[in-house]
Amino acid sequence: MTAHADATRRRVHDLLRAEEERILQRWTDLAKTSAEELRDLYRALRLALGDERDDLADVRGLLAELSRERARQGHTPSDTARVVFCLKEAVHEAVASDGSAEALKGFIWFSRLIDDLGLYTFEVYATAREKIILDQAEQLLELSTPVVKLWEGIVAVPLIGTLDSARTQVVMEKLLQTLVETGAEHAVIDITGVPAVDTQVAQHLLKTVVAARLMGAECVISGIRPQIAHTIVTLGIEFGDIITKASLADALAYALSRSGAEISTPRRTRIAVRTEEV
Amino acid sequence: MSGDGHLLPIASNADVVAVRRQVRALAVDVGLSLVDQTKVVTAASELARNALVYAGGGRASIEIVENGVRKGLRLSFIDEGPGIPDLALALTDGWTTGSGLGLGLGGSRRLVDEFDLISAPGKGTTVTVTKWAR
Ligand SMILES: Nc1ncnc2c1ncn2[C@@H]1O[C@H](COP(=O)(O)OP(=O)(O)O)[C@@H](O)[C@H]1O
Ligand SMILES: [Mg+2]
Repeated sequence: MTAHADATRRRVHDLLRAEEERILQRWTDLAKTSAEELRDLYRALRLALGDERDDLADVRGLLAELSRERARQGHTPSDTARVVFCLKEAVHEAVASDGSAEALKGFIWFSRLIDDLGLYTFEVYATAREKIILDQAEQLLELSTPVVKLWEGIVAVPLIGTLDSARTQVVMEKLLQTLVETGAEHAVIDITGVPAVDTQVAQHLLKTVVAARLMGAECVISGIRPQIAHTIVTLGIEFGDIITKASLADALAYALSRSGAEISTPRRTRIAVRTEEV
Repeated sequence: MSGDGHLLPIASNADVVAVRRQVRALAVDVGLSLVDQTKVVTAASELARNALVYAGGGRASIEIVENGVRKGLRLSFIDEGPGIPDLALALTDGWTTGSGLGLGLGGSRRLVDEFDLISAPGKGTTVTVTKWAR
C-alpha cells in the first residue's frame, strides 16, 4: 500500500474512532435494529482497520454470527446484507461533515470493503442453507433404508445405488439394530443393485458381518454380479469365510435351511424329456 | 487437456460420488465393457477418496484418449497434500497409515492398464491411470 493510500485509510479509521457513538447510533437507526446487535461488529471492524495486518477474521466471525442469528429470526439474506450496507451511509455522513479530501478518498476504499462484507453475509447464508439441505438429505437417507423381515428370524437389507460411505454406514447400523430388536439370527445383505464395490464399501460390509457374528447372527451376502466379483478379486479383497450367494432367493433358501425352518415346497410336476438321436 | 476433458473438484464425499458418476458415463461413451467400466469406476473411487482422506481434497481430471486403434479413459487425481514418502510401501497390499484395507493404490494399479504415481513429501500427489477399450 502506498503512503498516500495509507493516509486516506487512516483518516477513515480516525473518524470511526472519534465519531464512534454517533456513527453507531446512525447505523442503528438506518438499519432499524438495536445498537446491541451492531456494537461488537463495529468495534471489531474499527480495530481491524487500525491494524496493519488487515486481519478481518474477527469481523467475518461476527458477521457470520449476525447472518445466522438473523436468518433464525426470519430475516431474508438481502435484509441482513442491507444492515451491513447501511454502515456506508452512516460513515458517509461523518466523512461529509469532516470534509477533508483524504476522508472522501478513504471513503471510496471503505465503501468497497463494506460491499465485500455485505456479500459475505450472503455467502454465509447460502452455506448455512446448503448445510440444512445436506442434513435433510441425510435424514431422508436414514428413512429410505429398508431392512425387511424375510421370514421369522431372517432379515434382509437390499442395497441399491451408489454407496458412499455415509450411506453404507447408515444401512449397516440399521441392520445391526434390527438384529437386536428382532432377535433374528440370519441376515442377508443383497448388493444386486450396487454398481461398484470399492475397498471402503467392502470394509463396511466385512465389519458388519463381523459385528453381526458377535451378536450371534450370521450374514450372507448375495447378488454379487460378475463385474463386481471381478473387481473385488482384482482389488485383492478377501471375503474369507463369509458366505456369498448368487441371488437373494438363494440366500434366503440357505438361511432357511440353516435355521432349520420347515418349508413345505409345493409339489412339482416332473417332466422328463428324453431325446433320442435320430 | 483435450476438448473432452472434465475437471472436477474433490472436496467432499459427495464429490467422490460425482467423480464416480462422471467416470461411469464416459466409460460407457468410449465403449468399455461392463467389467472394465466397473473396474475403472472403482479405481476412480479409490484414488479420489485417497485425495480426500489423506490430502484434504484435490481435483480429478477425466479425459477420453485415443491411440489410433483404441479409445480409452485417462484419469488424473491431483492433490497438494503431504505426499507419499515411500511409494513402494504405499503400493504394498495391506499397508495403510489410516484405517482402510490398504488396497486402494495397489488394487487400482491392477484394475487399470496404465498406472503412474508421482509423489514426494510436501509436494502433493498425482496419480494418472488409463483404461483402454478392448
Ligand atoms: N493422495 C495421497 N496423499 C498422501 N498419502 C496417500 C495418498 N494416497 C495414499 N496415500 C498413503 O498410502 C497409503 C495406502 O493407500 P491405499 O492403498 O489407498 O490404502 P488405504 O487408503 O486403505 O490406507 C495410505 O494409507 C496413505 O498413507
Ligand atoms: Mg485408499
